[in-house]
Amino acid sequence: MLIAQDIRVSLGKTAVLHGITAEARPGEVTVIVGPNGSGKTTLLRALTGDVAYGGQVSLNGQDCARLRPWELAAMRGVLPQASALAFPFTVAEVVRLGLTAAAHGARTDLVPRALVAVDMGGFAARLYQELSGGQQARVQLARVLVQVWEPVVAGVPRWLFLDEPVASLDIAHQLDVVRLMRDFAARGGGVITVLHDLNLTAMAADRVWLMDQGQLTGQGPVHEVLTDTALERAYGCPLRVGRLPPSGGWFSLPQAAGAA
Amino acid sequence: MVALDDPRLAGDRDAQARLTMLALSGALVLTALLSLSHGASGVSLGSLVQALTSGEAMPARDRLILWEIRLPRMLTGVVVGASLAVAGAVMQGLFRNPLADPGLVGVGAGAGLGAVLAIVLGGLAPLWLTQAVGYHLVSVAAFLGGWASTLILYRVATRSGRTSVATMLLAGIALGALAGAVTGVLVYIADDRQLRDLTFWGLGSLGGASWPKLMAAGPVMLLALVAAPFLARGLNGLALGEAAAHHIGLPVQRVKAVAILTVAAATGAGVAIAGGIGFIGIVVPHLLRLATGPDHRFLLINAGLAGATLLLLADLIARSIIAPAELPIGIVTATLGAPVFLWILLRRRGLVDL
Repeated sequence: MLIAQDIRVSLGKTAVLHGITAEARPGEVTVIVGPNGSGKTTLLRALTGDVAYGGQVSLNGQDCARLRPWELAAMRGVLPQASALAFPFTVAEVVRLGLTAAAHGARTDLVPRALVAVDMGGFAARLYQELSGGQQARVQLARVLVQVWEPVVAGVPRWLFLDEPVASLDIAHQLDVVRLMRDFAARGGGVITVLHDLNLTAMAADRVWLMDQGQLTGQGPVHEVLTDTALERAYGCPLRVGRLPPSGGWFSLPQAAGAA
Repeated sequence: MVALDDPRLAGDRDAQARLTMLALSGALVLTALLSLSHGASGVSLGSLVQALTSGEAMPARDRLILWEIRLPRMLTGVVVGASLAVAGAVMQGLFRNPLADPGLVGVGAGAGLGAVLAIVLGGLAPLWLTQAVGYHLVSVAAFLGGWASTLILYRVATRSGRTSVATMLLAGIALGALAGAVTGVLVYIADDRQLRDLTFWGLGSLGGASWPKLMAAGPVMLLALVAAPFLARGLNGLALGEAAAHHIGLPVQRVKAVAILTVAAATGAGVAIAGGIGFIGIVVPHLLRLATGPDHRFLLINAGLAGATLLLLADLIARSIIAPAELPIGIVTATLGAPVFLWILLRRRGLVDL
C-alpha cells in the first residue's frame, strides 16, 4: 500500500501542492491525470522524494523519508520524465545499471529479457546515445524493470513509479507500456504513473487521481472520476465521455469549439 | 546450439576491459624496467634483469644510482601518473563530463596555491603545526587547496543535481586566475631558494624525486588510488544523473563526498611532488573509454595503469630528447596532450552543445 498524507510542496513562495491525501494499492495501476501545471509530476516527484515535501509518504507501511536509498531501491523503481546519460554506455550496460542495488552476482540474464519486454531485443550492443528519443525512453524503462523484475518478493509488493512513460513513444509502443503496467499489477505489484492521454488512461488504470490546480479533485475508478463535468471543469474544454459498443470500453472525445 | 545460460551478455564489454587491464599491466612493468635502465650512467636493462634474476650483487656504484636516483624517480612517476589519470577519471565521472580535468578546471591551480603557500610561508607556521605535519606540510597544503577548489567548483557548477559544463569551465578559469594571482604575490615576495622551488613547480618535473618526498606524498596518493575503485558503482550510477542514481539505490551524497576527497588527494599530492603536469588526466580516460567503454569498474583501474605507463614514457622522452640536459615533463605531456584535448572538443562539438 502507498499512502500519501497531506502532501504539500512549494516551489519558492508558490504553493504547488495544497495538502494531498491519497492511497494506491498493490495489484492496481494508479494513473495521475490532469491539465498542464496541475501538479501531476510534482505529486509523483514528492512520492518518490525528488522534491522536498511536507506531510508523509509511506510505502508498504514504512515511512519513505526514513528509508536508505538501497532499501527504497529494493522496493520500487522510478522512471523520471527525462533521462540524460553522460558517457557512451551500450544499451545492455545502461539496463544493467538497474541491478546496482541487487545482491552481488545479480541476475544479468534479466537484461536481455527486459530489453525484449520493451521491444529493444536486438539493440543490446548498440550505443545508447545513438538511439532515437523513443528508443532511449524504452531502454530507460527496461532499466527500471530489471530493478523490480519480480512484482512480489517474500510476500511484499514492489512498485513502479513512471512519469509519463509513453511521452515519446509511437502508438504501438504506448500500448506495449500499458500492457507492461497491467501485467506488473496483475502479478501483484503496484504501479503509479502520470499519463496525458485520457483514453490510454482508461485502458491502463484501475484507479485514477484527477489533479487540478495543485489539488486532488477526485480519486477512484475511471468511470466514477472521469465524468463529463469533472473533465470539463479540470481541463476547461468540452469533453464527451462514452463507451465503445462491444466491450463497454471507456473513451473520451474532445469537442472543438464550433464543431457539430 | 545457443546456451540459454550463457553468462556473456551482448553489449557487455567486461571481457574486453579485462584483457586491456592485463595488457596495460604488462606494458607498465616493461616501461618501469625501461625507466630503471635508461639514464646517463651505464646501468643497462640486461644487467638490471640479470641482477634481479640471479641475485648476484651489483657493483656498489650501480646499486647507488639505481637505488637512490632511478628507483624513487620511477616509483614517483608511477604513483603520480596513476594519480593524475585516476583523478581525471573520477572528476569526469563526478561532473558527468569527459572534459572535466583537475588540471584544466582550477583544482591543480588550487593545489598549487596550497603548495606555494607552504613553501613560501611554511617558515611562518606555528611550531606545533610544523612539528605535527613536518615533511608533509607541502602535500597537506596542496591537498587542502585541491579539496577546497573541487568543492567550490562542484557547488558553483551544480544546481539541483545537474552540472553545467559551461559554468564548471568558467568557474575553473576564475578559480585558476585567482590562484594564479595569489601565487604571483607569493612569487614576488619569495627569496631565491624558494623561487627555484617554485619554478620547478610550474613546469612539472620528476627530476626532484627522492625517497623523503615520495614517502611524504606517496601514501596520500596510494590512499586515493585504493579508494577510487570503490567509487566505480557510484560513478556509473551518477552517469544517469543524481536523481536516478539515488533511485537505483546509491548513497549519492556519500559517493560525491568521497569522489571530491579522492580527486583532491590524488591531485594535491601529485602536484606537491611533481608540480603541474597536465593532460594525463584527460587523455588517458578518454582513450580508454573509446577502447573499452565508460564502465568505471574497469576504467578507474585501467586509467591508473595507463596513466603510470604514459607518465614514465613521457619522462623517458623528457630525459632523452635533449640529453644530457632534461626537459620539464610538463612540457612533454602538454605537447602530446593539448592536441588530443582539441580533438575531443572537435568530435563532441557535433554531439552536444557545451
